[in-house]
Amino acid sequence: MTIFNNILIYFVIIPLLTLGGLALCTNAGRGIRAIRAVAVTGATALVALAAYLVYYFVTARAAGVQDAMLLRSDVMWYEPFNIKLALGVDGVSVVMIALSAIIVFAGVFASWKMNPLPKQFFLWFFLLSTGVFGFFISIDLFTMFMFYEVALIPMYLLIGVWGSGNKTYSAMKLTLMLMGGSALLMLGIIGIYFHSAPEGSPLTMNILEIAEANAIPHSWQMYLFPLTFVGFGVLGAMFPFHTWSPDGHASAPTAVSMLHAGVLMKLGGYGCFRIAICLMPFAANELAWIFLLLTGISVVYGAFSACVQTDLKYINAYSSVSHCGMVLFAILMFNTTAMTGAVLQMLSHGLMTALFFALIGMIYGRTHTRDIQKMGGLMQIMPYLGVGYVIAGMASLGLPGLSGFVAEMTIFVGSFMHEDTFRRVLTIAGTSSIVITAVYILRVVGKLLFGPVVDEHHRQLTDATWEEKLSTATLIVCVAAIGCFPNFFVDIISGSFEPVVKALNAAM
Amino acid sequence: MPFSYSIAVVALPLLMFLVLGLLDDRLGRRTAGVIGTVAMLVTTVLAYGVALTYFFGTGQGQIVDGIRQTVTVWNPAWLTFTEDLVVRMGIALDPIAAMMLVVITTVSLMVHLYSLGYMSNHEGEPEKGYQRYYAFLGLFTFSMLGLVVATNIFQVFIFFEMVGVSSYLLIGFYYTSPAAVHASKKAFIVTRLADLFFLLGIMILSFYTRTFDFESLVGTGGVAASGALGSAHGGTFMGISIMAWALTFIFIGGAGKSAMYPLHIWLPDAMEGPTPVSALIHAATMVVAGVYLVAKLFPLYVLEQGAMDVIAVVGAFTAFYAAAIACTQSDIKRALAFSTISQIAFMMTSLAVSSSDGALIEIHGGYGLGYMASMFHLFTHAMFKALLFLCAGAIIHAVGSNENSAMHGLHKHMPITSIAFLIGCLAIAGIPPFAGFWSKDEILVACYAKGLGWGLWMTMVAGLTAFYMFRLYLLIFFWSDHKQHGHHAPADAHWTMTVPLIILAAISVVAGFVPAHDMVTCDGKPLHTQLDWTVAGSSVLVACLGIGLAWRLYYKENDAPERMKAAASGLWTAAYHRFYMDELYQFITHKVIFQCVSKPIAWFDRKVIDGTMNLMGTVTQYCAAMVRPLQSGKVQAYVLTYLIGALVLAAALIACVLI
Repeated sequence: MTIFNNILIYFVIIPLLTLGGLALCTNAGRGIRAIRAVAVTGATALVALAAYLVYYFVTARAAGVQDAMLLRSDVMWYEPFNIKLALGVDGVSVVMIALSAIIVFAGVFASWKMNPLPKQFFLWFFLLSTGVFGFFISIDLFTMFMFYEVALIPMYLLIGVWGSGNKTYSAMKLTLMLMGGSALLMLGIIGIYFHSAPEGSPLTMNILEIAEANAIPHSWQMYLFPLTFVGFGVLGAMFPFHTWSPDGHASAPTAVSMLHAGVLMKLGGYGCFRIAICLMPFAANELAWIFLLLTGISVVYGAFSACVQTDLKYINAYSSVSHCGMVLFAILMFNTTAMTGAVLQMLSHGLMTALFFALIGMIYGRTHTRDIQKMGGLMQIMPYLGVGYVIAGMASLGLPGLSGFVAEMTIFVGSFMHEDTFRRVLTIAGTSSIVITAVYILRVVGKLLFGPVVDEHHRQLTDATWEEKLSTATLIVCVAAIGCFPNFFVDIISGSFEPVVKALNAAM
Repeated sequence: MPFSYSIAVVALPLLMFLVLGLLDDRLGRRTAGVIGTVAMLVTTVLAYGVALTYFFGTGQGQIVDGIRQTVTVWNPAWLTFTEDLVVRMGIALDPIAAMMLVVITTVSLMVHLYSLGYMSNHEGEPEKGYQRYYAFLGLFTFSMLGLVVATNIFQVFIFFEMVGVSSYLLIGFYYTSPAAVHASKKAFIVTRLADLFFLLGIMILSFYTRTFDFESLVGTGGVAASGALGSAHGGTFMGISIMAWALTFIFIGGAGKSAMYPLHIWLPDAMEGPTPVSALIHAATMVVAGVYLVAKLFPLYVLEQGAMDVIAVVGAFTAFYAAAIACTQSDIKRALAFSTISQIAFMMTSLAVSSSDGALIEIHGGYGLGYMASMFHLFTHAMFKALLFLCAGAIIHAVGSNENSAMHGLHKHMPITSIAFLIGCLAIAGIPPFAGFWSKDEILVACYAKGLGWGLWMTMVAGLTAFYMFRLYLLIFFWSDHKQHGHHAPADAHWTMTVPLIILAAISVVAGFVPAHDMVTCDGKPLHTQLDWTVAGSSVLVACLGIGLAWRLYYKENDAPERMKAAASGLWTAAYHRFYMDELYQFITHKVIFQCVSKPIAWFDRKVIDGTMNLMGTVTQYCAAMVRPLQSGKVQAYVLTYLIGALVLAAALIACVLI
């Protein structure tokens, strides 16, 4: 079949094969070795494939291929509704796929000593990543929605079984809120489907065709846009639908927090862009102000909330609300610069939050507390983890040379380019977050790592093991790579936005 | 490509940071120090080569038609925003950049060498973070060099952040001490707040001018490129032109780094860092970044008198304010820190008094004397202030305390340090022929040209400077015999520490003779200057008065200072507590931001928003609990319900039929 000639499908097949491999392993005795071997092989294959995809994409674009989507292929799934497995990627999806692969890779090493039931843990872990990759490679509404659900459900079990603290409550809350978002989304997708083509033409689920036809009546757009935007916005931790995030992250095991904050939350931003904005440009223009206000609030509100938290994971969860708010904020600015900034911010936030959660998990695994008041002076005891945490913090507060700076500056400069005073004022309000971020990051770093050792028992603790070092070093290198060579990424991403921005301006 | 080797000047310190930082403990302590110092020596030699070729060489595009040009060595794109707005990372040499290369590498080299001895032990134990210290020094030197050779304003912003973070790392070098951690945090956050304004300024400026590049913003040779600025002119916001807003915001950014009132509060606390770091970052280089920034955009500021007035007022006030506080401090590093604030304010004021009503003021047939004087003072001040700080380091090393009550009478024990410190004091007080006299004199001339009031005010501050410096000097080296506290008598330090002192002292003596007026001017043409005898005479007189008063009060132990203190106790206490600015900030951050903003928001989040979600959950469960008894599984209950239902239906049916 021709579809197997398309490398994109292997982003789904490799995790599925890994699932198969894991199913053959056992938890007993030396089974853990086999489990690790299978998981590492799967993750490495994904990273290699993602690297090849980036290379392929860059060379294809350099060779002058102008198609909106590359690597297209279609397979009919269900004739009556015209549902296809439609694959295709543009610059945005390519970087998202690369991000996911890296975080899956780092996540496998971060859960090296997973206990109990490592086999089942990795099974769900890879099922989740199947969903994530599937979502990014497909351009058919139905398949996208299906993969989206595949990515969400494992979260319930991963938190409920392997989590800590008030895990049943958190898992239930997270799943219910995200399912609530999905319900809105499904309504939106069905609505889009029934208006996907002009009178007389067959209906379609393919987002490229829908965007081209641009046949959704304006009155319908005004209903469907909020449904889809909020549906995805819940996952993107948009105010006031973000409260699943602090509890969910606090209870989730390390690798799950990494994957969730690193990749899953990006599904929200990606979906908002790919489905809500691209397909309904008219309503996007009309209603942008409401969501700009909400996301603008997210940015500042999340940062202020993070200032007074004492649980490391809560601090990070609120900081994610702030940073992801910036993603949605920028994506609503409808100019290439700001939207490119949004994708850079997704990359940056994904990598650096994954790094944060990995380090928090490692610290928690040693000290058995996440309360910053009960820890102090850890830099003396575990310098590797300490330095890693400082680097993650610096990336978060936007130090040049690391990814956060590049992303935030692109967003701010892009957002400020609007003639519209409302947007400019919001941008200025948003920039204030760089100071507040510095406040909470330095507060944590100062309390956790510096100063005298608070608990004498901590002196016996050890520094990072090799697999922990590998996991964090991978992420640090990626964070630095984006921060040092931003134009490489900007070139990949920005091309995808030009047609969209044109369509958006035309719809105004 | 001319000057291509200037890339190495910037790259070498970065390389040192990476090598020393990554190898860390795998490198011996001594090896790390030596590698760092040698690399810095090479960097210095190269930087001198660049600067000397730029100023005195020919044929590489430095001078065209008698006007000094900006030579762009390298300028690749780094981050593309739009087609117009591209952030570039490049190296451009202009007079101030070349001068700054010399300043930074000289002081940095001296500090590298000095630290070999100074940092070798910490409180009697071998310093653990020796390698880390040299790595951070490399990072700082790289950032500072990158800042001064910037080709565009965004690059300046990037390196502003970089120097900020290196400063954070170095202030917090002794990270086990809570005071150091607190100070580093404070420094970072205060300068970050200023950087926020800088960013806003850049955003506004670039929005209207469609460029970040200095070349299009201000043009070569200091002539404002009216094209770029033309479109921006005319727009106003709240009655003030947009450009004035942008430039004022950018100045606030610079004021944060340069510790201008009211953003100065981080600098005295930054003295928690190792003393050589204070000399390098918080006296000679990073703190003048704000002055450098204003100087880079000088042609734009000249066009916006409003922004210039803000700078002048802030500068003149800060100069006095900091000098007044410096008179009361007992911690020698803090006294020097306030002295630094005051001196930087001199430079800022000097820049700002160069123009009035949107045009440069003419002095002796030349324009922009204030600009030249400011840059000249930046240069001389870097040398003698680094000297003073390094002397302070040697003293602290010898007596083990920062308080001048622990010192007294050290002249006999540490003669070299004493003489070096004296030279520094004479230089800063403005006594001829030492360096500070020449630069300060020109600043005063520029101030008098702006207005008599400006001149008198700054002369008064200069007198105050002489007083507090000699108060400090006499209290450290004379006053009474030294009462020994430590195990062994204080003495001049190891050669690695005294050699830098001697070199810097020598520079402080001769630096005033550097022909700055030929080299660093705002229009690229040599500026004709002449010594104004009235100004020079009166400033020297005032300085001597200050020194004389200090001599009278502090040379020999007596109770006159105490009586003075008692006579003006309110004022003295207020000045000693730095006019309670720190308390004010503390109140704003802790009471207002934390208690009144963050806490309520966090509460709102947990109770209201999360509460709503939980309420939805609870309501669902409650409803479920209401419905649940119906599906109890008891057959009798089902039959009963069935019977009741049937009866009700039957009754309804009968009722319908009957009616």
